[in-house]
Amino acid sequence: MTTLKPDAVVVGGGAAGMAAALELEKAGCSCVIVEREEGLGGILMQCAHAGFGLVEFDEELTGPEFAERFAEKVLASKVTVLDGATALELRDEGERKVLDCCSAKRGVVRIEARAVVLAMGCRERNRGNVRIPGSRPAGVYTAGLAQRLVNIEGVVPGRRVVVIGSGDIGLIMARRMSWIGAKVEAVVEILPYPSGLTRNIVQCLEDFGIPLYLGHQTTRIFGKDRVEGVEIAPLENGALDLSRARTIPCDTVLLSVGLVPENELSRGAGVELNPATGGPKVDSTLMTNVPGVFACGNVLHVHDLVDWVAEEARRAGAHAAAWLRGERPGPELRVKAGANVRYVAPVKVDLSRKNRVYFRSLAVLHGATLEARIDRRVVRKIRKGHVQPSEMQSIELGPEDFADLAEAGSDAVLEIALV
Amino acid sequence: MSGISDVLVIGAGVSGACVARRLSAYELDVVLVDREPDVSFGTSKANSGIVHGGFHHSGAKLKARLEIQGNLMFDRLKRELDFPFERCGIVVAALHDEEMRAIEQLHRQGLENGAVGIEMCSRERILELEPALGPEVVGGLHAPGGGIVEPYRFVFAVVESALKNGVALRTGFKAVRAERVGEIWRVHAEDGRAIDARWVVNAAGLYADEVSALFGAEDFAIKPRKGEYYLLDRAARAKPRKVVFPVPSANSKGMLVIPTVEGTVLVGPTADDVGDKGDFGTTRERLERILASARSLVPAVSEADVIASFAGLRPVSGDDFYIDLSARAPNLVQVAGIQSPGLTASPAIGEYVKDLLKKGGLRLVEKASYDPFLEPKPRVRETDAFGIDRLVAEDPAYGNIVCRCERVSEAEIVAAIRAGHDTLDGIKYFTRAQMGRCQGGFCTYRIVKIIMRETGKDWDEVTKRGGASRLVEGEL
Ligand SMILES: Cc1cc2nc3c(=O)[nH]c(=O)nc-3n(C[C@H](O)[C@H](O)[C@H](O)COP(=O)(O)OP(=O)(O)OC[C@H]3O[C@@H](n4cnc5c(N)ncnc54)[C@H](O)[C@@H]3O)c2cc1C
Ligand SMILES: Cc1cc2nc3c(=O)[nH]c(=O)nc-3n(C[C@H](O)[C@H](O)[C@H](O)COP(=O)(O)OP(=O)(O)OC[C@H]3O[C@@H](n4cnc5c(N)ncnc54)[C@H](O)[C@@H]3O)c2cc1C
Repeated sequence: MTTLKPDAVVVGGGAAGMAAALELEKAGCSCVIVEREEGLGGILMQCAHAGFGLVEFDEELTGPEFAERFAEKVLASKVTVLDGATALELRDEGERKVLDCCSAKRGVVRIEARAVVLAMGCRERNRGNVRIPGSRPAGVYTAGLAQRLVNIEGVVPGRRVVVIGSGDIGLIMARRMSWIGAKVEAVVEILPYPSGLTRNIVQCLEDFGIPLYLGHQTTRIFGKDRVEGVEIAPLENGALDLSRARTIPCDTVLLSVGLVPENELSRGAGVELNPATGGPKVDSTLMTNVPGVFACGNVLHVHDLVDWVAEEARRAGAHAAAWLRGERPGPELRVKAGANVRYVAPVKVDLSRKNRVYFRSLAVLHGATLEARIDRRVVRKIRKGHVQPSEMQSIELGPEDFADLAEAGSDAVLEIALV
Repeated sequence: MSGISDVLVIGAGVSGACVARRLSAYELDVVLVDREPDVSFGTSKANSGIVHGGFHHSGAKLKARLEIQGNLMFDRLKRELDFPFERCGIVVAALHDEEMRAIEQLHRQGLENGAVGIEMCSRERILELEPALGPEVVGGLHAPGGGIVEPYRFVFAVVESALKNGVALRTGFKAVRAERVGEIWRVHAEDGRAIDARWVVNAAGLYADEVSALFGAEDFAIKPRKGEYYLLDRAARAKPRKVVFPVPSANSKGMLVIPTVEGTVLVGPTADDVGDKGDFGTTRERLERILASARSLVPAVSEADVIASFAGLRPVSGDDFYIDLSARAPNLVQVAGIQSPGLTASPAIGEYVKDLLKKGGLRLVEKASYDPFLEPKPRVRETDAFGIDRLVAEDPAYGNIVCRCERVSEAEIVAAIRAGHDTLDGIKYFTRAQMGRCQGGFCTYRIVKIIMRETGKDWDEVTKRGGASRLVEGEL
């Protein structure tokens, strides 16, 4: 067993892991990235479509192109990349964090570091998670797996497809399947509005004439060996109307029903998770409750744009470096989700500097106003117009917003609300 | 096919497997066949995985006697065969005073059957034994001898041991015709293969009635009774220490909360007679019922923890097992109607069938070379960091973790394929890869590629479980 002793270890070599590692290195810290796959890039590597990097590079890149720009920098840097290596267990031994990884090439590698950045990304929710009854034939895939099969393995998952859920990956796969000559019979969404980005509804469904059934639940998947069809029924006043159930014949079902941050490793190290996001609860420096362990990217909360992943990860890397130098956050204020807001990340802001807080709305709202309040006092008001759950939002708050805090008392809470 | 076998066992579920292994201890030529592409793809793969406690059935029944006897055989089998089994104990929880009467009856039945250590419990005692129970519980029964087993892994191990001791296995062999040729049975498969044997054991599960008819033997009907389940994540809060039963109903033991040996939680099963032996579909109403019922016992059961749902079919024929020499067809043993507690009873079924064959005139000569033990197989999931490092030094494929949720390495998957488990489901049951919380979302394509490399198959030849269960259409 080999042992490495860098200042910091980054778990996951996707967009988040690479951006965080580069920041650590820039600050003069020695750093190792552990990545399960061969090569860096993470989920980006299977996203053959364009639409990455508009903010980061002011260009529209494909997933692999975006990843390449970061990977080149990482490989040219002093960051050590341990790829083809799975992190098995993270232990918090106070000053020292111990991460055991295993790989075919090197056997078990033990990494002892003073700081850890978690960047393991997320996984797709599956059929069981959304409890779709019926039989269990072949041909039911998560959209991401289908994307992998088509874009990287170069195989055709099926010919007649129904996509369940209107998440972005599902929408992109509806278009991708159409391009390879499959017939996409329908996209079925249980909510009354799509859960993917508007641009994807237009470019992936409308342009291909694919019907979108909103407010429909998938009540059954059937087929003996291979999928033969699905049964869907509309929701009426929140209840299923089975009298209007219909069957759609197909040989393939793709599920795009949400993503869940991948936090088994974190949990094992005692990291506390936020039930609203499935990711760790982090303070204003993106540090979890375990001192020295930071989190960023999809493992923290699911992002829709990689540009925000990179932004957040750079901050996590910089804060981890600061932590290693012995810096600690100043006085902090707790942040919570108010009306119509699903979650906020991080859950604390630093009163002495600028903070970016990401959040998502709980509903589709027109003419919404974002309010930041400390106790009941509005400290910031921003006209948002249209907001929807699929589009992550952010707000920047700085010392000027906290100016009158003395009055509010020490147990004050900052609330982010959409009204 | 040349040569005449002594015994042909039709059906490689837990019953047929245990019969074949028992016979492999003698100087006999034994063939085990199954219509599916792998063993244990019938009822034996989708059940509660409980080694029952010996109190649910009256001792007048054959199934109760074999249950008690089978239960006692599991510790030794585990030592020999290295499969996941744990005697975690069973509790039956009464939710109101009237249910305590039923508990008393079960208790008496258990005592009469000879169930080891069975006890009546006050509310306090039962909550101490099983803290996951809800506050409504008023008391119950505790059977410390009950346990949990991974049913398919048990069958795989039993079959592997049988093969090691000389049994031949033919999968994809669907018996469709039998003819009497002199003193032997010639059994034809759908694909044209045939096997000659002096004796035949019908252990065909749901299809035992149809197989019986092939031999012109007894006329009975097997009626499928469906049981649906939810599987919960290993991180679920609702994880009892013991198997939790409600008070039973007329046609089933009720819906349970089961801590599986591998750390997940199973809730179910329902019990509904269905018309179709191929109907493994789950239904919304029944699944909802399972959750409601499970929650009345263990309140922490939550839909948020569900990772899969599935169904199994009990092969029901009357109220008891039907295991006997056929009175109508020569040299045929019927092993039919093996509903619950068939898994528990299976080792005893093997013993019982061996005795029937002997009674029927089969000569049993012990085989000097019989070796009941299997080499334990390394599993990365159960190995510490130093151990994994040593495994990787031997075979780098142990360092390549293919299934992240259940932590299964490439080496384990290759071993499964080399042992003949070359469908996705076969690999799943053998290694647990694809069985965790992502249900194959990450590892399916990797496993397919390993199957292709090991077997030379193309993308469109790899299946989920044989037949037309193809995974992909082929290359772009
Ligand atoms: C299918 C899809 C389509 C998208 N489309 C767009 C788009 O069009 N435009 C856009 O801007 N954004 C898009 N996004 C969003 C954006 O690309 C992702 O949110 C971003 O790439 C996530 O980066 P990450 O580093 O957080 O996670 P990932 O890229 O998932 O990286 C996590 C890495 O951690 C590794 N890992 C996990 N656990 C371990 C372990 N135990 N040991 C070792 N390694 C481990 C994984 O192998 C993986 O490489 C899309 C996302 C997806 C999933
Ligand atoms: C919902 C449910 C829960 C249960 N829970 C428990 C429990 O907790 N504990 C317990 O002890 N028992 C339990 N049981 C009972 C137990 O699962 C069964 O008794 C046992 O699996 C039966 O095994 P078998 O080998 O007889 O049948 P099977 O496993 O069905 O095997 C029969 C085999 O015969 C093959 N076959 C059929 N026809 C042909 C043919 N023509 N040619 C070749 N092969 C053929 C089939 O492919 C099949 O593999 C449960 C059953 C169900 C359904």
